[in-house]
Amino acid sequence: MNAISTNMVMLLAAILFILGIAGVVVRKNIIFMLLSVEIMLNAAGLAFVAAGARWAQADGQVMFIFILAMAAAEVSVGLALILQVYHQHKSLDIDKLREMNG
Amino acid sequence: MDNLLWLIPALPLVGAMLLILIGNLLPKTYVAIIGVGSITISAIVVLLTGYSFLSSPPEGGQLTQTLWVWFEVANFKPEITLYLDSLSLVFIFVITFIGALIHIYSAGFMAEDKDYSRFFACMNLFVFSMLILVLADNLLLLYLGWEGVGLCSYLLIGFWHESHANGYAARKAFIITRIGDTAMAIGLFILFYQFGTLSINGILQSAPNLWPVGSAIATATALLLLAGGAGKSAQLPLQTWLPDAMAGPSPVSALIHAATMVTAGVYLIARMHVIFELSPAAQMTVAVIGAATLFIAGFSALTQHDIKRVLAYSTISQIGYMFLALGVGAYSAAIFHFMIHAFFKALLFLAAGAVIEALHHEHSMFRMGGLKDKLPVVFWTFLIGCASLAALPLISSGFYSKDQILWYSWAAEGGDAILWVLALSGAFITAAYTTRMMILTFWGESKTEIGHKPGKLMTIPLVVLAFFALFAGFIELPHNFGHFTLFSDLLHPVLPETRLGESETNEWIFQLVAATVTLGGISLAYYFYYKQPQRLSNLRSSGAFNRIYDFWLSGWGFDKIYDTLIVKPVVYLANINRRDIIDQIYNAITSGTTALYRLLSFTQSGSLRWYVMGLIVGAILILTIQIML
Repeated sequence: MNAISTNMVMLLAAILFILGIAGVVVRKNIIFMLLSVEIMLNAAGLAFVAAGARWAQADGQVMFIFILAMAAAEVSVGLALILQVYHQHKSLDIDKLREMNG
Repeated sequence: MDNLLWLIPALPLVGAMLLILIGNLLPKTYVAIIGVGSITISAIVVLLTGYSFLSSPPEGGQLTQTLWVWFEVANFKPEITLYLDSLSLVFIFVITFIGALIHIYSAGFMAEDKDYSRFFACMNLFVFSMLILVLADNLLLLYLGWEGVGLCSYLLIGFWHESHANGYAARKAFIITRIGDTAMAIGLFILFYQFGTLSINGILQSAPNLWPVGSAIATATALLLLAGGAGKSAQLPLQTWLPDAMAGPSPVSALIHAATMVTAGVYLIARMHVIFELSPAAQMTVAVIGAATLFIAGFSALTQHDIKRVLAYSTISQIGYMFLALGVGAYSAAIFHFMIHAFFKALLFLAAGAVIEALHHEHSMFRMGGLKDKLPVVFWTFLIGCASLAALPLISSGFYSKDQILWYSWAAEGGDAILWVLALSGAFITAAYTTRMMILTFWGESKTEIGHKPGKLMTIPLVVLAFFALFAGFIELPHNFGHFTLFSDLLHPVLPETRLGESETNEWIFQLVAATVTLGGISLAYYFYYKQPQRLSNLRSSGAFNRIYDFWLSGWGFDKIYDTLIVKPVVYLANINRRDIIDQIYNAITSGTTALYRLLSFTQSGSLRWYVMGLIVGAILILTIQIML
């Protein structure tokens, strides 16, 4: 089994993270924005795991468990909010939901 | 009797407080009883005190009564201490005695006024302040009285405050006297700094040891005190407030602006005479200011239309005589003239008030006339007052007091021929304007019908004052005939005797000249206003004469000068600064903050996309900075 270098994993994590950001910025639909945020979280988790493996420490995997738990909670809250938004506005288009301006 | 001393100022104060607190609830009769009664009892106490003071003179010729310590700061411990010597005895006698007569007169004069109790409250408060001023043992207490009389003067000039002009006159009087007061306060600071005390006796005793004669600090202090005196006593160059102060009721003019308050400057200089003697330059200034004032004010009095303004200018002029006497070192002559002047000028103002009221508040003398037979009591008393003012030889008391000053202005050590000539021309003008006022008011044809005649309350004070205006002069007769020096002997322990100059002078000639000049002035006015009024109107048609006439009428243009030099620039600057330049700094801060917050609130667009972009850009920036450093 070939050892995959940490650098490559980090690069993959960075690519995933940028993809996630791009998704948040570009997407109009709130559900897809939520998905993109999940991708960003997982990118961060991947970086933790890779770093944990690199220094042979368990901390990285502990952090990933945390992230997983947090992501689950976030998704449940996020989806509930999205449901409410849809009920109120009959739309999930982020560009139309800009009432809270200063 | 010395334990009664505190009652003298306390009674008017109690009267004033009662009237201020419950005066509006009382009927007019009770208000009059409180207002007049407090001063009258006070006058009786003064007579008792004076009697015991004169019959069994206290040790050192002075009585002191310490009531309580005012306050105590480190070594500075001013006390509320009353101090009575012969100088303050003369003053409290004049203040309470004439004050009581004027209060009785006011009870009749103001009977129709709706603010009866306010009037008496202010008058009582005034008498209290004036008594504190002259009875004060230290200069701080004196200053309390000094400011108190200024306040009451302001309140009473603006008594009929519905008219805008009266309020203006009151403010003018207050502000101009305040200029003098400020100078005086600085003088008091210097005295305290130098002597560590404000006790009058303490200062007078240690001043000659501490300050050499003619030293700069003595001159500066004396000049500052003089400025205070000049402000209160309406002397050059602070005299412009007094003619306007005639906006107040006539009893106010009689009490405050003729008999008592305006002579506070004379009292101050006489009281602090040691300081003035240490500075020949300052004393010379006193004499010069006095002489110049009496001369200038005399000419202004000659041209006025308003009977009360004639009397106002005449008051300025007569106080000028007192300053002249103080300046040449004839202190007792100044105080003597003060007393006689208080009698006849109070009388003239009260009589003028009676005339004005009888003629439905007509002030102009040119619309009076022919009152000789209609108001006989007023006519005779006014005539006596005028005789005294004009210093009619031998029979009027004004002659004895003014003749003394005229003679000393030449013969005393500080005397001078120029001062004498000015004083003599002043006497000539005084006689002329007095006669003019008399003729215009009481002779000729009647121009205004009289309303109601003055009642007993108003005529009795006139008669009493007329008695004194006629006979009070006989307590001090010139050296060359009679040589009766009751008054100057009384003052001798407090005020030094007048030192005569080197040159031999014959007093007879001076008296003869003075008498001739007085009679000349009277006959001049008699000729132009009674015999040949046509001549005067002919003169009036020439341009140069009219210009001088208007110049004098406006009080030698002092008001105009002050208006252009001081009032206008100040008003101009105030207009520029109407919206407070300093305030603009703070306004700028608030409006800057508001603008910034409006700018920032644009970023709160409600677009989630922008917020995310902001986060990203921020994160990148921070990361970049971290990497770079």
